[in-house]
Amino acid sequence: MAEIAAQVLLGLPWTIAVTALALAIGLVLGMPVMLARRSRWPWLRFLTGSLITLVRSIPPIVWLFLIFFGIGSGYFKISPFAAAVVGMGLISSAYMAEIYRGALLSIHSGQMEGASALGLHPVRVWIDVVAPQLFRVALPAMATFAIGLLKDSAVSSTIGVPELTFQANAQSMATYRGMEVFSFVAAVYIALSVPVAWLSRILDRRLRAKVSR
Amino acid sequence: MNVLFEQAGNWLPHLWNGLKLSLGVTVASLLIGLPLGFLLSLGVISRSRAVRYGALAVVEIGRGAPSLVLLQFAYFGLPSTGLVFSSFAASVAALSWSTAAYSSEIIRAGLQSVPAGQSEAALATGMTRLDTMRFVVLPQGLRIAIPALLGFAILIFQTTSLCFAIALPELTSRAYEIGTNTFQYLPALTLAGLLYLAVCVPATLIVSWVEARAAS
Repeated sequence: MAEIAAQVLLGLPWTIAVTALALAIGLVLGMPVMLARRSRWPWLRFLTGSLITLVRSIPPIVWLFLIFFGIGSGYFKISPFAAAVVGMGLISSAYMAEIYRGALLSIHSGQMEGASALGLHPVRVWIDVVAPQLFRVALPAMATFAIGLLKDSAVSSTIGVPELTFQANAQSMATYRGMEVFSFVAAVYIALSVPVAWLSRILDRRLRAKVSR
Repeated sequence: MNVLFEQAGNWLPHLWNGLKLSLGVTVASLLIGLPLGFLLSLGVISRSRAVRYGALAVVEIGRGAPSLVLLQFAYFGLPSTGLVFSSFAASVAALSWSTAAYSSEIIRAGLQSVPAGQSEAALATGMTRLDTMRFVVLPQGLRIAIPALLGFAILIFQTTSLCFAIALPELTSRAYEIGTNTFQYLPALTLAGLLYLAVCVPATLIVSWVEARAAS
């Protein structure tokens, strides 16, 4: 069993890499998507809203297949890892945009009006006034999403990324001990999500202390 | 993309059968999972510590492990204990567990959002605990939980795509199969994506309508 566990854990860096990179893409791209979603032009709002619905309505595994087999089997070769990161990154951008948008709704419009009335440049209003509050409000939802993403990264095993679930599958086939193997890998996922939840609680407390109330 | 229009007619019946299977797994998982989720939600708020911890363990494993791992556990793992499942039964077993775990949290949140004064008042008028639950807390709590449960139903429908991994011939598996046979992955998978959209987009619109109605 220790041998099997060691083999399965070889997938751990891949799981963490897919999750972390996809989350990073979502954290960055989610911002412009959210801004486009509440642009002053109705056509851009509609376009972004439709794209977000499109991304969220198609299951992650279908996105990964579309990218890896659909696009990647032509002249444009793409590695399983790159396909997984691009696909999961796409999905997390759409989700993060909605999380940012929800958090922004909770920031009183007087904050922005007050800041611009004081003569702050619009960019500074966003960086110094809106963003710190936005991240604080969005943090719990972001942590929940990150844990969800960690579990969704298991899907990348289907296109051959050698992460935890992929290794578990290989071990289950090699040893015929599926029961132990899959129980172990489930425990690893649960163990991984505990520190994320814990970290988010600590960060939440710190951000709360930094920004008033 | 021309292939998509030429072949759509040939592929659609095949994919359509896959979609029906996806919907079948969804409905079966909801029919089994939601009542279990309801029982688990009562277990988690139970006064008996043993019941509470037992229910919590079932919920936390169901929510903490990826659905893909639950599916593979049911299909590849359980046979070593002598329980052999068909891929359909394994899909329904794993996704019912997922459904029960997630919906129990949704239902619990709904039940706990009913003000404590409601059940205190009911108990004070001499209603039994069971009657208080049945006539006062449940009707209000479940109504609060409905929009979130509907949203979760859409999510479970999307999750059935993972049954690809245990060889269930649902929508995603069939699109992939067409891809391997014809090397036309992009058009076949696009068509499958469109079928998912055709179910999820109207469903999402209905859920947001129900949400808006519940909020007003």
